[in-house]
Amino acid sequence: MTLDQLELGATAPIEEVGGEGSFRRRLLELGMLPGTPVTRTGQAPLGDPLSFRVRGAVLALRRADAMTIHVSDSEAR
Amino acid sequence: MNTAPPTPVAPKAPVVVFIGNPNTGKSTLFNMLTSSTVPVSNYTGTTVGCHTAAMPLSERTPVHAVDVPGTYSLAARSEDERLAIDAVLGIGARPRPDLLVVLVDPARLARSLYLVLQLIELKQPMVVCANMMDEAAARGELPDLVELERLLGVPVVGISARDGQGVDELRRVIERELRSPSPARRSPVEWPQPLAAYADEAEALLGPAMRLIAGKNPERKRALGAWLLLSIDGDDALRDAKDLPHDAALALHRRAKSEGLDLVAGLVAMRYRWIDANLPSVMPPASTATTVTDRIDAWLTHPVSGLAIFLATMATLFTALFAGSDPAIALVDSVVSSLASLVRQGVGDLALAHPAIAPTLNLVGELVAEGVLGGVGTLIAFVPQLALLFLFISVLEDCGYLARAAQMADRLLRAAGLPGQAFVPLLSGYACAVPAILATRTMPRERDRLLTMMVIPFTSCSARLPVYTLLIATVFPVGTCMGMPIRPVVLFAMYVFSALATLTAAVVLGRTAFAEPPQATVLELPPFRAPHWPVIFAQVFRKIRSFLSETGGPILFATLVLWGLLTFPRQDPVDLLPPQVVAAAQGRADVLAAKARPLQLERSYAGQLGHAMEPVIAPLGFDWRVGVGLVGAFAAREVFVTTMGVVYDVDPAEDVDSSLRARMAAARWPNGSLIHTPLMGASLMVFFALALQCTSTLTVLYRETRSWRWPLLIFVYSGLIAWTASFIVFQGGQLLGYR
Repeated sequence: MTLDQLELGATAPIEEVGGEGSFRRRLLELGMLPGTPVTRTGQAPLGDPLSFRVRGAVLALRRADAMTIHVSDSEAR
Repeated sequence: MNTAPPTPVAPKAPVVVFIGNPNTGKSTLFNMLTSSTVPVSNYTGTTVGCHTAAMPLSERTPVHAVDVPGTYSLAARSEDERLAIDAVLGIGARPRPDLLVVLVDPARLARSLYLVLQLIELKQPMVVCANMMDEAAARGELPDLVELERLLGVPVVGISARDGQGVDELRRVIERELRSPSPARRSPVEWPQPLAAYADEAEALLGPAMRLIAGKNPERKRALGAWLLLSIDGDDALRDAKDLPHDAALALHRRAKSEGLDLVAGLVAMRYRWIDANLPSVMPPASTATTVTDRIDAWLTHPVSGLAIFLATMATLFTALFAGSDPAIALVDSVVSSLASLVRQGVGDLALAHPAIAPTLNLVGELVAEGVLGGVGTLIAFVPQLALLFLFISVLEDCGYLARAAQMADRLLRAAGLPGQAFVPLLSGYACAVPAILATRTMPRERDRLLTMMVIPFTSCSARLPVYTLLIATVFPVGTCMGMPIRPVVLFAMYVFSALATLTAAVVLGRTAFAEPPQATVLELPPFRAPHWPVIFAQVFRKIRSFLSETGGPILFATLVLWGLLTFPRQDPVDLLPPQVVAAAQGRADVLAAKARPLQLERSYAGQLGHAMEPVIAPLGFDWRVGVGLVGAFAAREVFVTTMGVVYDVDPAEDVDSSLRARMAAARWPNGSLIHTPLMGASLMVFFALALQCTSTLTVLYRETRSWRWPLLIFVYSGLIAWTASFIVFQGGQLLGYR
């Protein structure tokens, strides 16, 4: 599934960072690599962007951008 | 024979560059280490840049400290992101650093180390500084800095910049490393093949300037090659950079792809692999307990309370800017006008005593009273609102709310092609465009910042309000229309119109002049902290000082030029006035001067301009007197009202507002029709809403973009748009039968 579908409070390891160019590079450089666990921590009051905890930092991503990141369905908890 | 004595060469001050991820407390430390009494040269180069300040150490001559904007990586896809690598290596106009101080946050050590590893690969002398050790201790997650130092092979110091703990130790280490640098060690990261081969190949493609920097060290050369591969990715904005082999680097990426190798992911993962393998020996496993930040965030992200807090914060900011600046401006005005009357009186007495040079004395008196004092007053009137805005932004930024506000506003501004960070500057524009433009400095991307600066002048600043109230009271009746009070509704409509114009301009410019591939925004939400007041006040003070020193001169100059336009050429009142008026004055110079004021203004350059403009502005419904008012409005929009007061010869002793309104309402075109009709009022207000007629805004735009290109562009396009819109309103309205 994609990152935007992760339930509030749930954690799942990244499978693949899609997207391209500088956006993908930036996510990778922020440590969002295959295998890195990501926790959905919340969302802005208007429902978008969403926020996630990655390696101790909370990052806000637009819903459309979160859709480019795939996380493991089976390992989500 | 050259006998000139050798000029003494001051020993070159060492350069120390401060770099780190955003939100690692870098500016707190920077402010603490550098002396705040030494002028800071802000924003060299383009618009977003590095601070430089003197840093006193105990023994040496002052050190140049350079503060690089927070960054997660050295890789650059645009000119503003190149700042980091340029500052670290001393490329272009940047001084070559003697030492790097790299700030890391123990709470986000993995990501901090990603930047540290890139710097170690470049073989730059450095000190790693782990900040916020007090917070780490409070969480029970203290990193083992001795182990970190052993793993990295560079000195590591732990500090808490907020309470100053460890800062003296950091100073000592900086001094020691400047005196005798620790030997550079090999980067601990293993380069797997074929990544290493690709990086080496990329390095060979670099331009001469970058290759010179790379030198002979193979590890450093390889690191620069990797930098090139991570920077050029197909949708980067580095195409114009001469020293970067854009196409050749893309060809390398393609070749690797055909071999099934993803160079970007490979290079990033290579460093994170080392971090993941070694971090456990430095950091205890992070706790998963709910933090204070989590609990506050639950409130802030709640659909109801979150929105309410956002609106309340922004409403407070807005009312503070309005309520806090108006009394200050009134105070400045009254001080300036009493000073000016003192000057006039003194000069008047002098002129009586020395009739031979009286005209010159009077002119000098007017220059000081109206030109100089007026200009200084304009400048000082900005300070209270600037201080308030900077204070507000600094507090919000320091406690962590600014990023959350930007996240929330992102949804609102996205349709207009603006990032969430544009919200606070745009809102501030409703008070005054000058602080609003300065507030865009918090925006990390140059393109977003320029776009925001280009649309801020459309926000309805408070200086338009006196113009609107004058015009509305002159041309619209008090009554109601369809059960709604006419005057307040018209005023409200002007604010809605301004908001629509601002967003429309953003959409249009964002897709034309500032068109670029859509970019994903990754915004970090820092943990909540109590604001750190000493640093906040120091920052506000520095920003105000830099505003006064950078923008003060040009604004004073512009005020003087406008004063000259409204004053010259000067003519003797006796020549201007009809003989019976002169006779009635019984030789009293002050009476003659007062009687001659409207005629002086009409014959002045501004008056001539107003007449010359009439053919251009008549289709909008404006006569030459409005033209003079428009020229005067360049000093500040509300000056339109006082200029009109002079044009319509309103006696300052009367109630200026009502008598000016009465005279304007009665003014007629030569053919007998009224000038100031509701339709003309609407047309003039639309013109004021859209035209950038404010020298201070233009000056600040020039200072902030370091070029005349942007202020000229916006001046011309907003003028054209304003004229066209007013033309449509006035001519269209007439066609529809409105008056």
